[in-house]
Amino acid sequence: MNEKIVIIGNGIAGSTLALQLAKEGTGSVTLISDESSYFFSRTALMYVYMGHLTKEQLEPLSRESWDQSPIQRVKARVLSINPENKELSFRNNEGEVKQLSYDRLVIATGSKPAFYDWNGQEAEGILGLYHLSDLEKLEKWAPNASACPEAVVIGGGLIGIELCEMLLSRQIKTTLIIRENFFWSSHLPESDAQLVEKHIQSHHLNLIKEDELLEIRADDTGRVASIQTKKGETISCNLVGLTTGVRPNIEFLKTSRLELDKGILVDEYLKTSDPSIYAIGDCAQLRNPLSNRSAIEPVWYTSKLMGETLAQTFSGQPTPYNPGIWYNSAKFFDLEYQTYGRVHPKALQPENEQHFHWETDEKGMTFAYDKTSGAFLGVNTFGIRLNHRIVSSWIETAITIQEVIRRLEEAHFDPEFSNRYYKQINHAFVQNH
Amino acid sequence: MHSYRTTSIQKVFTYMGLSGLAVLILAGFTASFLKSTGLFIGLGLISIGVIGYTFSSYSGLPAGIKNNGVWHQSLTSRGIVAWVVGVILTAFYVTLYFYPEHLEGLIRLFDPLSEGLSGKKASQWFVYGVLYTLAIVLFGIKFIIKYKHSKYQKYRTYSVIFFQTIFAFLIPEIMARLNGDLPYYDLKSIWPLNYYLFDGYQLDGFLQNGSLGTILLIFGILSTLIITPILTYKFGKRWYCSWVCGCGGLAETAGDPFRQLSDKSLRAWKLERWMIHLILAWVFISTVGVVYSYLLQAPDSYLLGPKIFLISVSLLFSLVVGLILWKRKDWLAKDAQSSAIAISSVILLLLGFFFFSESDRVLFIPSYQIRSAYGFFIGSIFSGVIGTGFYPILGNRVWCRFGCPMAAILGIQQKLFSKFQISTNGGQCISCGNCSAYCEMGIDVRAYAQREEPIKRASCVGCGICSAVCPRGVLRLES
Ligand SMILES: Cc1cc2nc3c(=O)[nH]c(=O)nc-3n(C[C@H](O)[C@H](O)[C@H](O)COP(=O)(O)OP(=O)(O)OC[C@H]3O[C@@H](n4cnc5c(N)ncnc54)[C@H](O)[C@@H]3O)c2cc1C
Ligand code: SF4
Ligand code: SF4
Repeated sequence: MNEKIVIIGNGIAGSTLALQLAKEGTGSVTLISDESSYFFSRTALMYVYMGHLTKEQLEPLSRESWDQSPIQRVKARVLSINPENKELSFRNNEGEVKQLSYDRLVIATGSKPAFYDWNGQEAEGILGLYHLSDLEKLEKWAPNASACPEAVVIGGGLIGIELCEMLLSRQIKTTLIIRENFFWSSHLPESDAQLVEKHIQSHHLNLIKEDELLEIRADDTGRVASIQTKKGETISCNLVGLTTGVRPNIEFLKTSRLELDKGILVDEYLKTSDPSIYAIGDCAQLRNPLSNRSAIEPVWYTSKLMGETLAQTFSGQPTPYNPGIWYNSAKFFDLEYQTYGRVHPKALQPENEQHFHWETDEKGMTFAYDKTSGAFLGVNTFGIRLNHRIVSSWIETAITIQEVIRRLEEAHFDPEFSNRYYKQINHAFVQNH
Repeated sequence: MHSYRTTSIQKVFTYMGLSGLAVLILAGFTASFLKSTGLFIGLGLISIGVIGYTFSSYSGLPAGIKNNGVWHQSLTSRGIVAWVVGVILTAFYVTLYFYPEHLEGLIRLFDPLSEGLSGKKASQWFVYGVLYTLAIVLFGIKFIIKYKHSKYQKYRTYSVIFFQTIFAFLIPEIMARLNGDLPYYDLKSIWPLNYYLFDGYQLDGFLQNGSLGTILLIFGILSTLIITPILTYKFGKRWYCSWVCGCGGLAETAGDPFRQLSDKSLRAWKLERWMIHLILAWVFISTVGVVYSYLLQAPDSYLLGPKIFLISVSLLFSLVVGLILWKRKDWLAKDAQSSAIAISSVILLLLGFFFFSESDRVLFIPSYQIRSAYGFFIGSIFSGVIGTGFYPILGNRVWCRFGCPMAAILGIQQKLFSKFQISTNGGQCISCGNCSAYCEMGIDVRAYAQREEPIKRASCVGCGICSAVCPRGVLRLES
């Protein structure tokens, strides 16, 4: 039986699944997506605007390999799905609306920027940073500092800071406004946030804390001219970046009777409330999140892992989704950041979680451990690379913080000849404990 | 349209460097113009230009990757400027190799410098050596400042600057001063890169110069057979390609702005493997042929008779190839195995011809002709004209990747018995593609990193740039 598998969305989740199925010869696969004909790395959008990469270089797999694969690719927007008839309707490039039937449907439609209803947000010169089309908008509105001398970015998550770096790379004066009293306080302990703040300010980013966007004002031509904050400040600007987070891209499912919350609710086999429909990637929300992990995790590797997991299930080996120990990484301008396990910010820090922070010029680490047992819970590291497999295994086996500090050099992953800080860290730890 | 336009200070220094070049050219054409002071004014302006440009570009900037605007600037994205520079460089190489008489004026400018060093008048190669060394030093300084946050990048650049100025440039000049008949010998240039090492006139030079000559000859043979494999086992081919070699040295310094231009297609990879190994076979056969004919001229005057020589070379060669195919079969793809067998059989066949025909002819062509064809097509056209002249179009390592027989040998060693590899850091790769884009050898590093596999490729020269540009700390060179 050649089952007809339809996947909506050719991001990392959908593409991983499609390629894996094609490799194993499972089913006949149709990949339907509206943004681009070929899978690209959304994570690297910034490098195109900054001139590090060409658009083609965003594509991890050559176009030739896609064209040769048995996967059918359709560039179209899915308008709605109809689970009763196992059918969906889509609008193709020519604007025609058509139907497509499936045996199994996988929804991998990712996220979209979360805009709130701000006054004046329909002015020209306002954008989020998520899609390829946002790059085009940037090239149009902010090609250089003479066309766009000043910009304001609202919201200091990972995407917001990337947008700031992009704009500054073209010498555009950039202001970042965050609501909290320190940077990325939803994720970072204060000491880490300060380290990052110091670094980003050394790159001439104007950081305004504890303030919020009130409204956006346009000039006579309809182009944004300034913004006003809640505290009453007016900042003139030619571009506004709204990077106040992302949310699952699921509007087109509202009529489908699939069980939705913030995202599409799925069980540990990534199955939705309909037994022929699955959801993976940013748009999926786990009904029962695993311990120490969130129900929605809009990151690259989880989306990829969901694609791989579902491919196994479809190929006859039902496999529950199990991402293991949490990890992630980012780069704030030139400051690399990796995190393994959980190091909670103050507001979310459980009673029993204790931190040890060490820092020296532009490098730092914060270790989290259990106050009573001393078990190692996680680490944030800035400017020093650690070995993923080794640190994860330490968290998994819950070795003590003392042992971690003593053996830290085993997890060394910096390039050869780099300075080693492990003795210093050990010394600081011993003095404190 | 973009804001990566060069600033006015950068422009001033660019013009200064260019005017230095202009002074050299003018002084070269009209020998009366400025005389030798023209040399020092020209070289001085070039140096101030490059160093000034470097500081105006990077000083005051925080340490970190400096790739902003690479694909927006004409020079680094195969724009018009790139083509103009490419054409000028190519023209310079063609003149240097084939029409040096047109450079007579320029060469005479360098006489005082040459006389000061070796006591001889300058030749076109002296001029080339000075400009080459100057390029590595000046652009090496630029590279070091650009990558000031990475000790690996700084150290290997100190190393190539050192080997170029001392080993390639100064020592041979000084040796020439001490002992005029010794062949010009750059100690770090190893056969088969140094394909003329065993030419008749070179051998004469070594053998007629007493113990120093003999020691040099023995050192030359040991470099290829013993020293090279040991170092490659320990460190990978990078010990040579990115730390010592002059071609690599120029590619890493003056060629650094062009590393992203390397062809990443599968087709290029296939072409690379055929070309580099056929060139290795070519240099091998012609060298054996040349030595054989040297020995044939006076069969009894050396310890090594021509036939004994051929037999031992064939045995050694078969032993090495046999060992590889036996011990490392699983490490080689099917097509790699069959092409290795094909190329080796042809080589053995040709050695057999030598033996039985008692002449050094390869299919009726005398081996000195094969050797001089090699010198012309590979040694001059490929390594110089295409390898360097085309930096702004094909990238900075075209020669190293498609042409260099030394890289071929080191690559085989690296792939089959070396502790070197690039490890990837678990699941941290976000498939951004910076590593692949900036790999000068055209390796699709991302393809390995996103599968969490280590990179063990024959062509990797261990420049470490993939690891430097990776925004997620995924790649680590290890040995
Ligand atoms: C600027 C930026 C930087 C990021 N950096 C990182 C990072 O460093 N590390 C990290 O872990 N994560 C990062 N992320 C997050 C990461 O990119 C996402 O988690 C990941 O791309 C999600 O993959 P996905 O396949 O679920 O969805 P997506 O990549 O969003 O792909 C879904 C595709 O489906 C299409 N689609 C949606 N609806 C429809 C429809 N109705 N019909 C047809 N097609 C549709 C969309 O247009 C889209 O192309 C970043 C995100 C952004 C925007
Ligand atoms: S793989 Fe990395 S180290 Fe090797 S040549 Fe390419 S960029 Fe250099
Ligand atoms: S540069 Fe790093 S994160 Fe980007 S694709 Fe290469 S290994 Fe992955």
